[in-house]
Amino acid sequence: MSALSFYVHVPYCLRRCGYCDFNTYTPTELLHNGTLETVSGDYVDAVIREIELARNYAGVEVPSIFFGGGTPSLLPAPTLGRVIEALRQGWQISEDCEITLEANPDSVNSEKLIQLREVGFNRISFGMQSAKAHVLKVLDRTHRPENVSIAVEAARSAGFESVSLDLIYGTPGESLEDWRFSVETALALGVDHLSAYALIVEVGTKLATQIKRGELAMPIDDLMADMYLLVDQLCEDAGLSWYELSNWSKPGHASRHNTAYWKNANWWGLGPGAHSHIDGIRWWNVKHPTQYTSALLAGNSPEKDREVLTHSQQSDESIMLSIRMKQGIELSTLAPGQQDRVEEYSRSGHLDRDRWEQGFLQLTPQGRLIADRIVRELVV
Amino acid sequence: MPAIPLAKAPQPAATDPAQIRNFCIIAHIDHGKSTLADRMLGITEVVDPRNMREQYLDRMDIERERGITIKSQAVRLPWRSGIDGHEYILNMIDTPGHVDFTYEVSRSLAASEGAVLLVDCAQGIEAQTLANLYLAMENNLKIIPVLNKIDLPAAQPDKFAAELAKLIGCEPSDCLRVSGKTGDGVADLLDQIVAQIPAPKGDANAPARALIFDSVYDVYRGVVTYVRVVDGHLSARDQIQMFSTGVRHEMLEVGVISPEPVPSKGLGVGEVGYLITGVKDVRQSRVGDTVTNYNNPTKTPLAGYKDPKPMVFSGLYPLDGADYPLLREALDKLQLNDAALVYEPESSAALGFGFRCGFLGLLHMEIVRERLERESNLSLISTAPNVVYQVVLDDGKSVTVTNPSEFPEGKIVSVEEPIVRSTILAPSEFIGAIMELCQQRRGVLLGMDYLSEDRVEIRYTLPLAEIVFDFFDKLKSSTRGYASLDYEAIGDAEGDLVKVDILLQGEPVDAFSAIVHRDKAYAYGLMMTGKLRQLIPRQQFEVPIQAAIGARIIARETISAIRKDVLAKCYGGDISRKRKLLEKQKEGKKRMKMVGRVEVPQEAFVAALATDADIDKAKADRK
Ligand SMILES: Nc1nc2c(ncn2[C@@H]2O[C@H](COP(=O)(O)OP(=O)(O)O)[C@@H](O)[C@H]2O)c(=O)[nH]1
Ligand SMILES: C[S@@+](CC[C@H](N)C(=O)[O-])C[C@H]1O[C@@H](n2cnc3c(N)ncnc32)[C@H](O)[C@@H]1O
Ligand code: SF4
Ligand SMILES: [Mg+2]
Repeated sequence: MSALSFYVHVPYCLRRCGYCDFNTYTPTELLHNGTLETVSGDYVDAVIREIELARNYAGVEVPSIFFGGGTPSLLPAPTLGRVIEALRQGWQISEDCEITLEANPDSVNSEKLIQLREVGFNRISFGMQSAKAHVLKVLDRTHRPENVSIAVEAARSAGFESVSLDLIYGTPGESLEDWRFSVETALALGVDHLSAYALIVEVGTKLATQIKRGELAMPIDDLMADMYLLVDQLCEDAGLSWYELSNWSKPGHASRHNTAYWKNANWWGLGPGAHSHIDGIRWWNVKHPTQYTSALLAGNSPEKDREVLTHSQQSDESIMLSIRMKQGIELSTLAPGQQDRVEEYSRSGHLDRDRWEQGFLQLTPQGRLIADRIVRELVV
Repeated sequence: MPAIPLAKAPQPAATDPAQIRNFCIIAHIDHGKSTLADRMLGITEVVDPRNMREQYLDRMDIERERGITIKSQAVRLPWRSGIDGHEYILNMIDTPGHVDFTYEVSRSLAASEGAVLLVDCAQGIEAQTLANLYLAMENNLKIIPVLNKIDLPAAQPDKFAAELAKLIGCEPSDCLRVSGKTGDGVADLLDQIVAQIPAPKGDANAPARALIFDSVYDVYRGVVTYVRVVDGHLSARDQIQMFSTGVRHEMLEVGVISPEPVPSKGLGVGEVGYLITGVKDVRQSRVGDTVTNYNNPTKTPLAGYKDPKPMVFSGLYPLDGADYPLLREALDKLQLNDAALVYEPESSAALGFGFRCGFLGLLHMEIVRERLERESNLSLISTAPNVVYQVVLDDGKSVTVTNPSEFPEGKIVSVEEPIVRSTILAPSEFIGAIMELCQQRRGVLLGMDYLSEDRVEIRYTLPLAEIVFDFFDKLKSSTRGYASLDYEAIGDAEGDLVKVDILLQGEPVDAFSAIVHRDKAYAYGLMMTGKLRQLIPRQQFEVPIQAAIGARIIARETISAIRKDVLAKCYGGDISRKRKLLEKQKEGKKRMKMVGRVEVPQEAFVAALATDADIDKAKADRK
């Protein structure tokens, strides 16, 4: 093994957004009258213990470290710095290692951003979601539209090399024009990376309940398709080109960490509920933060379960993941039957004609919209 | 005491026909037949009071389904008349309660000289009971009208006595009043059965002739045949012969039921009992056939034997194609016990391999389907029921069509369809609603009579095809459940009928083809294309759904091409979840049926074939 990325899961948010089903908790959910300080007190200690478990792989290159959540930006910079420091103990973390922090626009200020930069972060990704107040309201977010530009400016002054924004489209009540406004606002901030996600109504969320009760309308697929084509067009026009189905970047700013996932590289996920993948083996940790910390602090592994991928699972995964990348799938890696089954998509405008001729399966914008269907044709 | 100990009562094969009374009970479900039978078993003391339980005869049948199936089909009850003080043998013969089995009902009637017409006097008579009453009257049975449940506070014996008197042509005062619950009036009823119902007549010295009125398959003993001896004598030592097949059978056992099966030396004129011959298939011992003596056979059978003809057809398919052999086995097994069930293999592009099955009617169809599903643990899809059509082509050839997709393509001179005469009984406030429904279904009013001030009998001729699809559900819902329906086939008539095909991207979907009246073709096309548009998921290309008569398109819907089929969410590292979702979708794709290039989930076919009532039922089940 030559490289290992790290993901660090920070499972706290001040409030849960209505649409979100990520493994995250508010302090009071974890502890009666809990505060962020009381509930996260031994969290970093536990993560540092888990890093010890990864020592077998010490010494290999670390292309990226990603702190995701939850809301990692809620933790003090020095606390987050301890994790990076612990990694430096076992691995040479070079200057060009991409170290990302996921942040909520209202959870940072200039001072904190400077500290974050000092402890080693060089990339920051803000959960902007929308520039429209009424959309943010339906999404049940804590921040207001104006928080975003302030946060982006401050991050840039603090010296972050790369600033990214997350957007969500298809929110009930969001029009195509609302969406255009959000994308244009994001691009006008001059960011070098943008992620745009279609709103998924996850079971068990407040959003799902509101839809079931008829208080909100279900996102409309055809409108989301138009929104996707629009964001793709606006990004390309602004010099951000797609490199993965939901991600656009200026040249040289594609997220290395993101790319590692889609290329089936090796990474270790630290923290409660985090998933890891090393050489065809996937495992994941216990979900609950309390269970996670108590396991590690008692000297046990936090692993919940694992799976050793069969050959056919590996090839299914590889198709499912690589099809989402701009580079696409090399036709020579497909069986003749597989090629035949999708050939018609190269004639219907879903696969890039020229790239097909050159021996690659690369999705066009229309093709990206039905990527899962094309995957199903390939994996039967 | 009017009861006679069994051992001292007149014995089978040695009972003077003058002492025998054979009767059946005609009653609608829940009007109290089983409860009245319990009282009769009790009062005649054939069941010891310590062993008496409610619904005694019904329970015996259920318990025996797991053991040996001797049905309490005809129970021998000794009785000393309270009027003349003499000893009698009463045979109570069971009747199936539904119109689909009219043929079998008429056989039970043919085994009796009289019928107790039992009516719940809080409800009044129902259409099916009326139909069976008419059958009994046509068979010249002595009818004893009995109002049951007189103990109920809601009882209206005077009102319904007047209704029955009018139907039968007797005086309201001739109606007996009983309570199966309290036993009130039951002894009097038994005395009246003796007094009013004629004794059987037959020639004891003629070659044996016995009528088969039921025939049941039993795993341990083979077929158990229930007979009524008309002439001559059947003895345990005889070899017997079935008149219709000419086949000889050994007699393994003969006996009577009282209410346990009791082997006997034989059966004489007028007696009712069972035979066991070792036959393994009810079709060799068919209801309606005549049993005779092999060594001294009769030349003339009892009432002409005719096969019950299937009237309603439907394709039955296993939901899981791998269950096809299981379905065949289950049908074979069921046929052992149900001579009226016919089936042959068919295949459908949409539904795979299955069977085209013929049934006596709708209830028969429901019962068969339910039994297949329950007893063989199968999940089935059935196509919309259809009737049999006679199609005459311009080359003079006549084709019988039992499956709409086999409707001939060429030039058609005429199409004939079966017609029924239907009787509907309902409170008079629903006359308007009923007429409207029958009008919509191409009905022709034959007449209407008031049974009492507020209850009517409405008679219509209707094409059977109009009844087989959800007519009964519609009738019930438009009369708040009060109407009852009965029908009988009266022959075929020419109709302006066409075949409507449903096309997906130009490919006909056989399971949805239907033969309908020209005036309704458009409505059918609109309904079906609309339903399918809702049910078939969007494909990556546009899919037209058309309804067509021949080459002419009469309705069209379009499923627009799918534009988005991708999960564009931030996944973090949970790739396993995404892969598992894909694996699930892979499984789902295997269950898709291809119609041309269109992928249709099997559930869509099932849902499109369901009636409104099916859907309501499924919803209720889910609760
Ligand atoms: N009050 C009253 N209820 C009765 C009488 N006879 C039967 N029932 C009730 O009516 C229902 C149907 O009776 P059952 O004998 O099963 O009817 P079947 O379907 O005709 O066999 C049961 O709940 C009986 O208890 C009766 O004379 N009086
Ligand atoms: C790991 S989440 C959390 C990031 C950060 N806590 C925030 O919300 O700003 C990363 C991104 O996933 C997206 N996301 C979360 N839930 C989603 C859902 N139900 N449907 C679509 N996108 C979702 C949001 O755009 C979010 O910014
Ligand atoms: S802040 Fe982010 S992680 Fe937290 S609940 Fe909202 S979307 Fe989920
Ligand atoms: Mg009963």
